[in-house]
Parts: sequence; structure tokens; C-alpha cells
Amino acid sequence: MKTCLVVDDSRVIRKVARRILEELEFACVEAGDGAEALEKCREQMPDAILLDWNMPIMNGLDFVKALRREETGDRPIVVFCTTENDMAHITEALRAGADEYVMKPFDGDIIASKFQQTGLLRAS
Amino acid sequence: MLEKQEILYVAAEAYKRSGLVLSADKGYLLESRLAPLARAEGYASIEALISAARREGSDRLLWAITEALATHETFFFRDNTPFDLFKQDILPVLSRARGNAGVLRIWCAACSSGQEPYSLAMLLEEERARLGGLRVEIVATDMAPRVLEKAKAGLYSQFEVQRGLAIQRLVTHFDQTGDQWRIKPNIRQMVNFQKQNLLENFASMGKFDVIFCRNVLIYFDAESKKKVLSRLSQQTASDGYLVMGAAETVVGLSSDYVPVEGRRGLYTQVGNAALKTAAA
Repeated sequence: MKTCLVVDDSRVIRKVARRILEELEFACVEAGDGAEALEKCREQMPDAILLDWNMPIMNGLDFVKALRREETGDRPIVVFCTTENDMAHITEALRAGADEYVMKPFDGDIIASKFQQTGLLRAS
Repeated sequence: MLEKQEILYVAAEAYKRSGLVLSADKGYLLESRLAPLARAEGYASIEALISAARREGSDRLLWAITEALATHETFFFRDNTPFDLFKQDILPVLSRARGNAGVLRIWCAACSSGQEPYSLAMLLEEERARLGGLRVEIVATDMAPRVLEKAKAGLYSQFEVQRGLAIQRLVTHFDQTGDQWRIKPNIRQMVNFQKQNLLENFASMGKFDVIFCRNVLIYFDAESKKKVLSRLSQQTASDGYLVMGAAETVVGLSSDYVPVEGRRGLYTQVGNAALKTAAA
């Protein structure tokens, strides 16, 4: 079973995302900010990371930059999932090492579609 | 609830105009799809809309009803496989056959709001270096003026650009305008949108190398499917291809097209040996 780390400071969003991802047969781990997410990655590097942008302590952008400097930090597929929905943020995220980008609000179809794009899921 | 008689009347008129088959048990579908039209036309109810159309025999209203009843569901790179087939199997074979000075003509039949032809255009733009001097024409048609307008504008919601479209393609091929996304002019200019009903004569459109006709004929009865397939094959080059939806087949409906072996949804003209065809 593939693993996905869900990083969002909203417990409600984490719960919604977890339900969608478990439906797609991912085992989920949660983190409430970038720093906690980095700790979780050091414990065990996940296959995928669904990542909010605006969070306390360490935001999503700083997290992905830090992650990519970790020893096996190039391995996880990082999918941003944020209300930041303009071209400038998207290109900045891609430059920092993100693989895909979901603009909130999202639903199961969008998550599945984006996970297919990155090869995390086989096309149906 | 709509009376059965009203459902049958609407179904018969929609069938006559579009080939769309609506069985009598589709009352709920009629209601959900006609309610917005009734409101937009200023009628108090769907019943009032239908009886007005009936009383006046209004061709305009009956067309609007037909358009509202058709399924316009589509998204970018829908089902992936046909686009992989196009890129990996069809394009190399046909670009070799047509050569550097040649033209490749593609037709998206029933293109709805344009996501399919634009997906092909993006793919072709990305493959441009490998195509040399080959010129590509994409013709995209639909019977419904409303969706064609949207297709021509090339303007999509945040929700629409997140279904099927990789983020890198959004960044490369779209401009953001407010909370919407507009396909860039170089991609938009590759597609020529036209109004065309598949039940009407389309011989004047000329021959095509590839015809995409996906998830359209599933709404037709066998008789209409056979007729449309026969006429599509007359517009297909002798070494050309037909791409259909994942749940569709020409088997038993066409003696002109044969399946390409191991390539689901891909058909070619009888006698074309460029890709191996399955035994009939």
C-alpha cells in the first residue's frame, strides 16, 4: 500500500483529504504544519505528500524546499493543495520542487486526476 | 412529475433532430436538464415550456430543448489512452506517410466545449519539433451552438482546468484571467470550430486522417450508429483512423472500419496495413 502524508493546518481539510485518499487506497499520515511534516518524513519517507501552502511555523513552500534537500527527499511526489490559485504561486511551487498543484476547493475527482498525472495512480 | 405523453413528445423531437435516444424512464433526466432552460426562457415550469413548444411547434424552442438534453460532459485528456494512442501509434505512422510537406487533418466530432481538440492541439504543439514541416489542421464540430461558443472562447473554470490537465500544461498553455483560465492564442488558432450535426450531410468537410468520435454514438440507436459510421468512413483517408470511446465498438455496426489489434478504441479502414488489424 502506498503512503501519503497529508499536511494542512485545518483538521477538517485533513479529514476530508484522508477520506478521499483512503478511498484511493493510500495509507495516510497527518501533519499540521511544515516542520511537523519534515519530522514525519525523517521517520519514514512517504510516496506522496498532499501539501497546504499557508500554515503556521513552516509553510508549504519552505517545507518542499527543505524536503528536497533531505537525503531521500527527492523521492516523494509532492502535490500542493491550496487556496493560492494564481500563476505566480503555481510557478513558484513548481520551481521549488513540487510535482503537481491542486487549487482549492477540491474534490475526489480532482485529487484522483492529479494523482494519475504524476503516476501515483494508474489511469482508470 | 412530467406526464408520459410529454416525455414521449420531447423524446421524439430530440431524436428527430439529433439521433439522441431517450427512453420513457428518463423522466428524471428530462426534468434536471430542462429546468434551467424553462427558467431561462421565462416559463413557470417544465410542463409550461413543453406545452408552449408543442402548441407553437416552435423549432427554436425544440432545438433549445434538444441541446439541453444532450450530454456535454467532457474534460481535458479524457481517458488518457486515446491521446497516448494518438501520440505513440497514429502520429508517427501518419507523419511518415504524409511527409514533410504534407497535411494531417483531424476531426473531433461532437467536441462539446472544446477540451478534446485543445488537448490534441497542446499535444501537437509539444511534438512540433518531431513533426518537421508537417502541417496540422484540427476541425472540431458540435451541433450545440452554446457549447461551441464556449469552445471558441477557450475560457475555462478552475474546476475544468483541474480535471485531466497536468499542472505543467496549465502553466505552459493557459493565461489566467480573473478566476478563469484562457487557452493561449497559439493553441486556440490550431482549432477550427464549426457547427455540424452528425445526422446531417458532412461530405463537404473533406477527408480526414484521424476522426475522434468518442462517447457520442452511445446515445444513438443501432440504425443511426450504422448510418453515421458509414458516412464517417467515407470521410476517412484510406490509411486513416477512427478513435472511439472506451465503452464503444464498431463491431457489428460497420463493415468499413476494423479494430487495430491491441489498441482499444482504435479503428482503421479495411485494407490499411500500416498498423496490424485484429482478425475480423
